[in-house]
Amino acid sequence: MLTVMASALTSAFNKYLEMVGEQVVFTGQFARNIFRDGFEWGEFLRQCFIVGYRSISLVAITGFIIGFVLTLQTQPTLKDFGAESYVPGMVSISIVREIGPVIIALICTGKVASSIGAELGSMKVTEQIAAMEVSSANPVQYLVVTRVLACTVMVPLLTIMADALALLGGWVGVNIQDHVSIVLFFRKSFNALHFSDLIPSVIKTFFFGYAIGFVGCYKGYHASRGTESVGRAANSAVVSASLWIILIDAIAVQITNLVYY
Amino acid sequence: MNDTLVQEKARPPVAGDDVVIRIEHLKKAFGDNEVLKDISLELHRGENIVVLGRSGQGKSVTIQCVAGLLEPDEGNLEVLGKEVKELSEDELKELRSKLGFLFQSGALYDSMTVRENLMFPLTRVLKMKDEAEMEKWVTDVLESVGLEEAIDKYPADLSGGMRKRVGLARTLILRPEIILYDEPTTGLDPITSREISELIVKLQEKYKTSSIIITHDMACARIVADRIAVMNEGAFIATGTYDELSKSPDELINNFFK
Repeated sequence: MLTVMASALTSAFNKYLEMVGEQVVFTGQFARNIFRDGFEWGEFLRQCFIVGYRSISLVAITGFIIGFVLTLQTQPTLKDFGAESYVPGMVSISIVREIGPVIIALICTGKVASSIGAELGSMKVTEQIAAMEVSSANPVQYLVVTRVLACTVMVPLLTIMADALALLGGWVGVNIQDHVSIVLFFRKSFNALHFSDLIPSVIKTFFFGYAIGFVGCYKGYHASRGTESVGRAANSAVVSASLWIILIDAIAVQITNLVYY
Repeated sequence: MNDTLVQEKARPPVAGDDVVIRIEHLKKAFGDNEVLKDISLELHRGENIVVLGRSGQGKSVTIQCVAGLLEPDEGNLEVLGKEVKELSEDELKELRSKLGFLFQSGALYDSMTVRENLMFPLTRVLKMKDEAEMEKWVTDVLESVGLEEAIDKYPADLSGGMRKRVGLARTLILRPEIILYDEPTTGLDPITSREISELIVKLQEKYKTSSIIITHDMACARIVADRIAVMNEGAFIATGTYDELSKSPDELINNFFK
């Protein structure tokens, strides 16, 4: 019994090491190809359009509702303590520092990482990636570099937009019961914020974007043969990228606390 | 395809012809599964070799090794005078630009039109920039495969035979010296299958290529093969012309020709 367990554990550990090795090699290929001649600007812009523009409505609605719900949830409690005037500050700090970046990154993981994983997985299964390789084109440069960089650039922009809309949602939430002018609400929101809130949270969104693009590409690019593996690639891209986002967030909070507080 | 052309194609390679692919004692295993046990083969310039064999015998693995998509475990593999395993990444890239590969499915890029599929290797490999010149290359190669009208269509709008033709056009656009065909007629009706086989011969004559063709389709083999190599359990068990092998007393070989 013990021997079987030990053998299973060894096999699982070996597989894990293999995967880590593959990811290191893939990271190396990605890094090498960023600086190679012939950067695919056209494909990069197309991917920015797909990742950014096509996610705007989803991210906007999510951002607005986060701010709206957060206000509705906290306002009664703060009202009990006579601290209702702290609602804008509380909403802005919560949104900008933590909730906005993490929720939007998770939303993008569901939309973008799964789509990249499925697209590249399907290209792998139908031998389109192999066709690029044998025709001397560079599939890593064309498919991976463009997608990872597009995610790295667009996720922070989407997060900033979502943060702004979340504040707007907060203002709408406050105005359901009370009447507060938009100028006053936003002034109080911004007064509560410092650069130490904004900068680390924006920086971490670049890492979130990178994780989303990289994991999506890695899972798709390493899909095995068969249509089932396309679904598996999309699914595991979402699961792995979500875990990476939580992990990066935990590390980012520790670093921010060490640097600023 | 008339019988004269079939007869003409059924010629053995001339001794002393240039060897463009030399495979010597090639071995390849996936885990415990030894797919290629000991493969040796020579492809001469201007020659078409058909590789016959049942499914899972290692035919596709052989040409994937030639194209550098898979790394052999043992043996020597020389393509256009260069030992593949000794090539650097850039050298392999250069070699691949002289090598065409027609995949079983055609492997067209789904998100691109036929025009974009054909321009893709021109801009990436030949670094062409002049739109008018590229358009001329694209039209020329589409004319060769008889699909000028499909230029703005997406792969999803094409039939199986048309996809194979576009795949062939994309392979030919870089003017390769060698073409590797992975089951070019699989999944096609007999008429389209015959058309593709005739097209392979026609294009080989026009572009002066040498080819390895993996197929189960004996009608295709009869039309395109100068020589046939029969593969079984990871090794070649016989090579010869269509006529020679069709008279073989070996039951396994004979079964293909029944």
